[in-house]
Amino acid sequence: MKSGDVIQFSWKALSGYPTRTLLMILAMAIGVASVILLTALGEGARRFVTDEFTSLGTYLLIVLPGRSETTGGPPPLLGETPRDLTLEDALSLTRSSSIRRMAPITVGSAPVSWKHRDREVSVLGSTAELFEIRHLSMAQGRFIPTGDPSRGLAVCVMGYKLKKELFGNQSALGEWVRIGDRRFRVIGVLAKKGQSLGLDMGDVVVVPVASAQALFNTSALFRILLQANGREAIPKAKKAVLATIRERHEGEDDVTVITQDALLSTFDRILVAMTLSVAGIAAISLSVAGILIMNVMLIAVSQRTTEIGLLKAIGARGSHILALFLAESAILSLIGAGFGVILAFLGNWGLAHAFPRFPITAPIWALVAAVSVALLTGLVFGVLPARRAARLDPVQALSRR
Amino acid sequence: MIHLTDIERKFLVGDETVRALNNVNITVHQGEYVAIMGPSGSGKSTLLNIIGLLDRPNKGVYSLSDLDTTELTDDQQASVRRHKIGFVFQFFHLVPRLTSAENVELPMILAGVDPAERKSRVQAALSSLGLSNRTKHRPDQLSGGQRQRVAIARATIMQPDIILADEPTGNLDRTSGIEVIQILEDLHTKGITLIMVTHDPDLGKRASRRVQLVDGKISRDTGDS
Ligand SMILES: Nc1ncnc2c1ncn2[C@@H]1O[C@H](COP(=O)(O)OP(=O)(O)OP(=O)(O)O)[C@@H](O)[C@H]1O
Ligand SMILES: [Mg+2]
Repeated sequence: MKSGDVIQFSWKALSGYPTRTLLMILAMAIGVASVILLTALGEGARRFVTDEFTSLGTYLLIVLPGRSETTGGPPPLLGETPRDLTLEDALSLTRSSSIRRMAPITVGSAPVSWKHRDREVSVLGSTAELFEIRHLSMAQGRFIPTGDPSRGLAVCVMGYKLKKELFGNQSALGEWVRIGDRRFRVIGVLAKKGQSLGLDMGDVVVVPVASAQALFNTSALFRILLQANGREAIPKAKKAVLATIRERHEGEDDVTVITQDALLSTFDRILVAMTLSVAGIAAISLSVAGILIMNVMLIAVSQRTTEIGLLKAIGARGSHILALFLAESAILSLIGAGFGVILAFLGNWGLAHAFPRFPITAPIWALVAAVSVALLTGLVFGVLPARRAARLDPVQALSRR
Repeated sequence: MIHLTDIERKFLVGDETVRALNNVNITVHQGEYVAIMGPSGSGKSTLLNIIGLLDRPNKGVYSLSDLDTTELTDDQQASVRRHKIGFVFQFFHLVPRLTSAENVELPMILAGVDPAERKSRVQAALSSLGLSNRTKHRPDQLSGGQRQRVAIARATIMQPDIILADEPTGNLDRTSGIEVIQILEDLHTKGITLIMVTHDPDLGKRASRRVQLVDGKISRDTGDS
C-alpha cells in the first residue's frame, strides 16, 4: 500500500464525517494557539523588562552604602554601622581605568516654589555625567555644567512635569526658584522620558551634588552610579570599586555593588521560568485535545467495524489498518496545529495592536515545539484506537450489520 | 486445489462448546462450481470463512494450492486473500462514503497497484457489469442488485482464482438475484472456482456440485470423487 494512498484514504474518511472532524481540529487548534500565544506573552514580558533595564543605562554599576548579605564574609562585629559614602569616595573611583563615567547621587525631598506656586518633589543631587549615564535628554536649556563637583552652583534642571506644574506654558529658563531655603536658577528642562525603575524623571529637580548636600546638610551619598568601559569591563570595575573603597574605609567591605547584568540575568531567569511554566499549563490543553482525538477515534473504530472487517477480507494486513487510522489522527492534529498557528498569529496581531508598547512575538522554538507536540499527541493518542482496529477479528466484524 | 482434512471449528459460548464444523473433509478442484447448502446454523458460513482464510480451524489441515495455510502468518494469509480470493457477501459490505469506482479500487490500493492502471481497470470492470454510468454513485444511491454487482467487481478486480459467495442473493429480489447469479456463473465459465452458500434449492441445482451440511458435518456431496 502506497503512503499517498494511505493519506488519501484517511482524508476521505475524515471528510466523510465533517462535524466530528471540525470539532477535533478546533480542539487541537485551540491547544496549539494557546501554547504559542502564552509563550509569546511570556517572551514579551521578558523583552519588556530587558528593554526597561537597558534604558536605565548601559554597563551600569550601582554602589550602595552598607554590605548586603549576598556578598558573603563574616557578619559585622559589635553591630557596627556602615560608613557613609562620601563625595571623596566617589571621586576616587574615577581613577580606575575600567570606569568611564561616574555620577554621585544624593536624594532628598524638599518644597520647590516659584512665585506663589509650591510643590514637594524629589531633589536629585548629581553631576554632569548623570546625563550620559542615565541616557537623559533635554527639552530646553542644558544640564548641570561640568566642573568641580565639590562646588555647589545655584543652578537646577527640572523634570518636564514639574516644570509644567510650576510654570505652565511660560518659559522657565533663567527663572529663580526656591528649593528648601535656597534659591536656584533654572538652566534646563528634561525631555519626557517615561518611568525608569521607580523614579519618575518627570517629577524631579536636579541640582549639583554639593548644593544638594548643603541643602540637606549631609555629606553622605545615597548611591554612586558608574558606567564601565564596556561589557567585559564590568567585573573589573566592580573589583576596582570594592578595592578602592576598602582601602579608603580602613579595610572594611562596607559597600554593595549591584551590576546591571546581574540584575538583568536574575530577572531573565525568572521570566524564562515563568514563560516555560505558562507554556506547560497551555500544553495541558493540548493533551486534552489528544484525549478528545482518542475518544473520537475509538468511536470511529466501532462505527466502522464492518469497514475494517471488509478491508481485512479483501487482503488488508493489520499494519495497513494501523497505518490508516494513525494517518487519520496525524492529519487531524497537523491540520489542527496549522489552524492553531494561524489563530495564534491573529491573536498576536490583535494583542500587538491593543498594547503597542508591549513587545509580543512568538519565539520560533515555541512554534516548532507546539506543532511537534500536537503531532506527537495525535499519534500517541491515536495508537490505542488504531491498534484496536488492527486487531479486530474480520469474521465477527463482518457478521455485525 | 482446495484440500480440507479433518477440519474442526469450535466456539466457546458461555461454558458450552459449539462445534460449528466437525471433522470436515472436502477437496475442490480449480474451476469447480460448488453450492454449499444446509439448514441455518449448520456451519456453512464458518466453512466458507475458513476456506477464505478469514478464520482458522481449531484442528485439521487446510492446504490451498499445495500450501499448508495453517503455517502461514496473518500477513501471509492477508496476501493470499488479496491475490487469490474474492469475497461476495449477503450484505454487500460496500464502504458507504466511497463511490462505486472507489470501492472497486480498494483491493488494488491495498496491493499497491499504480493509480493510472487502477483507474482503467476499474472502468473496465464496472462497464463489463453494466455499471459504466454508476461509477460516481455512492452505495446509498444504488439499488440492491447494483450494489451486489459493484461488490462482484471489487471481488474480481485482482483476478482471483476463487470466488467465495455467502448467500449473494439473500438480500435481493428474484430478478436481480438471477442477474447476480448469472454474472457469477459467467466468471465460473471463464475458469474461476466458484463456491457459493445458498438456502435456495433452485439456485443449488444450477451448481455442478452440491455439498450438504448438517450440524457441522458434510451429510451429502454430489461431486465427491
Ligand atoms: N463467533 C461465534 N461465536 C459463537 N458461536 C458461533 C460463532 N460463529 C458461529 N457460531 C455458531 O456456529 C454455528 C454455525 O454458524 P454459521 O454461521 O456457520 O451457520 P450458517 O450455516 O452460516 O447459518 P445461516 O444459514 O443462518 O447463516 C452456529 O451454531 C453458530 O451459532
Ligand atoms: Mg451463514
